[in-house]
Amino acid sequence: MKLTLNLIAAVLLAAPAAAQMKTLNGAGATFPYPIYSKWFDEYHKVKPDLQINYQSIGSGGGIRQVTERTVDFGASDGPMTTQQQFKVDGKILHVPTVLGAVVPAYNLKDVTDLKLSGAVLADIFLGKITRWTDPAIAKLNEGVKLPDAVITVVHRSDGSGTSYCFTDYLSKVSAEWKKKVGTNTAVNWPIGLGGKGNEGVAGLVKQTPNAIGYVELIYAKQNDISYATMQNKAGKFVKASIESVTAAAAGVKMPADFKVSITDATGEKAYPISTFTWLLIYEKNNEGKGAVLKDFLKWMLKDGQAMTAPLGYAPLPDSVNGMVTKAIEVIK
Amino acid sequence: MSSAVAPAVSRGPAKVPGSRERAGDRLFRLIISGFAGIILLAAFALAWQLTRESLSTWKTFGLGFLFTSTWDPVADQFGALPFLYGTAVSSLLALLIAVPLGVGAAVFLTELAPKRLAEVLMFAIELLAAVPSVILGLMGIFILVPVMRSLGAPYGVGMLTAGLILAFMVLPYITTITREVLLTVPRPLKEAMYALGATRWEVVRGVSLPFARSGIIGAVFLSLGRALGETMAVTMVIGNAPKISANLLEPGYSMAAVIANELAEAASDAHLSALVAIGLVLMGVTLVVNGAARLMIYRLGKRS
Repeated sequence: MKLTLNLIAAVLLAAPAAAQMKTLNGAGATFPYPIYSKWFDEYHKVKPDLQINYQSIGSGGGIRQVTERTVDFGASDGPMTTQQQFKVDGKILHVPTVLGAVVPAYNLKDVTDLKLSGAVLADIFLGKITRWTDPAIAKLNEGVKLPDAVITVVHRSDGSGTSYCFTDYLSKVSAEWKKKVGTNTAVNWPIGLGGKGNEGVAGLVKQTPNAIGYVELIYAKQNDISYATMQNKAGKFVKASIESVTAAAAGVKMPADFKVSITDATGEKAYPISTFTWLLIYEKNNEGKGAVLKDFLKWMLKDGQAMTAPLGYAPLPDSVNGMVTKAIEVIK
Repeated sequence: MSSAVAPAVSRGPAKVPGSRERAGDRLFRLIISGFAGIILLAAFALAWQLTRESLSTWKTFGLGFLFTSTWDPVADQFGALPFLYGTAVSSLLALLIAVPLGVGAAVFLTELAPKRLAEVLMFAIELLAAVPSVILGLMGIFILVPVMRSLGAPYGVGMLTAGLILAFMVLPYITTITREVLLTVPRPLKEAMYALGATRWEVVRGVSLPFARSGIIGAVFLSLGRALGETMAVTMVIGNAPKISANLLEPGYSMAAVIANELAEAASDAHLSALVAIGLVLMGVTLVVNGAARLMIYRLGKRS
């Protein structure tokens, strides 16, 4: 009997000890999920009493949960609009974490290096350029034998940060795109087929001869998909890579709130369809969570950045890293 | 009254366990009524929640939401017609293909096939019913889509491809249920027909199928319900373009697919509300279909 009581007491006493284990819950963007889960995993090894859970439910869901305060932090591939931020009780800090890029994936027999400009890409996705032999494409690809065939356009059917980045770029390089379609995670596509997820788009492009779509750079690299070289704002042709994406971020003037689009960036080496991805952090946090978050962010900016490249993400340029390190000091 | 007649000796002991049992019965009835109530409550809560969350869409667009075809999340302009059209057309296509096939297969299994073969085939068909829809969708992408393209469809994905996948999906339902009903056709009825010199075809047409009619209709509506709500497999092969085209080889879109695709990233309230509104419509359509099925089976039952 006494033994049982002792056991019960032991369990009861152990419970508060277990509660000391801190958990943080976050939700949001799917695009940075691989690097985020790596970070949270590695950080758990550094700080065994802290467990960070992250649900990759999509940027829209992340913003919604942050607004309703059902999570400790959010994540998004597109910055929150002023209207969205207005709805949140308290201030939200956008903390850029890594960079990604979107590439136009194509399926053309015997064409190893397709060159495209922003204007041409926009016209293809607007349905104005319908054949691969169009003079506008031929002019960019002198000496390349393009098939005399109709272009099949493939886009994402699910809402995604990838689409946001892609349509943001097209809106910058084409006034008509901006007016007719605009920028969003999901848009009213003028033409084309919808594939679900990167794998859905890549699958359709791979299977359909003479198709063009767009996927994340990491996805294209991992799956050996041919993707086009883009002409950037400086007029140079740049292939997407970790270096050219970081160059795009370095060429942009960073505002204090970090809400910046780096598509169509200036700079000779900049790849034009690049984007930051952000963690959405409350400036004022409850129960001492602010200090824990701040520690994690500091670690992420120092040790975490080195883990990005093997997973295909571009690390923050040094200038931005320095700015962010200073900015996160306000978190309480 | 009976207690007055019953001998006094047996009254006591008989009453005690009896009344205790009645109390137990009451408790049991309460509990299971509670279970049934939960189901009802869940259905109402679902309808209530969907209505509440989609209220702003109905306020903004009214019933026009069901009859316009612009779906533009950037401009917050929403119309559900292409999705309604896609869901209806792909599901009807599926039934058009699967009903004759399924009923035919069931007739073969009950009337013609040797018993051993029928058993093996039934096992295979039941296995087919257990295949998850995402697997069927993958099969669609890797097998059906290239086949469709090689047959001359411009993209391979599209309304007809979705209809075919759905047909494949509901085929086991129609076959299994129809077979079950055909097995209940009384032997004497059939034997009487044979005795009159009827051929096998005449027996099937004159006795078996009319007898099994309500069961077959039930199977068809059950399948329709499944086809209307199918999400994953359809999303993977329908092409996901919110356009209305009479050409079945062109891409389309369905209600369930657009919800699955866009809900996670719907950041604006209007977009979210429009997606929930589509959910409400889909629920309504499913209810109407099921109601119609009940009514039809009830009427047929009364007539015969």
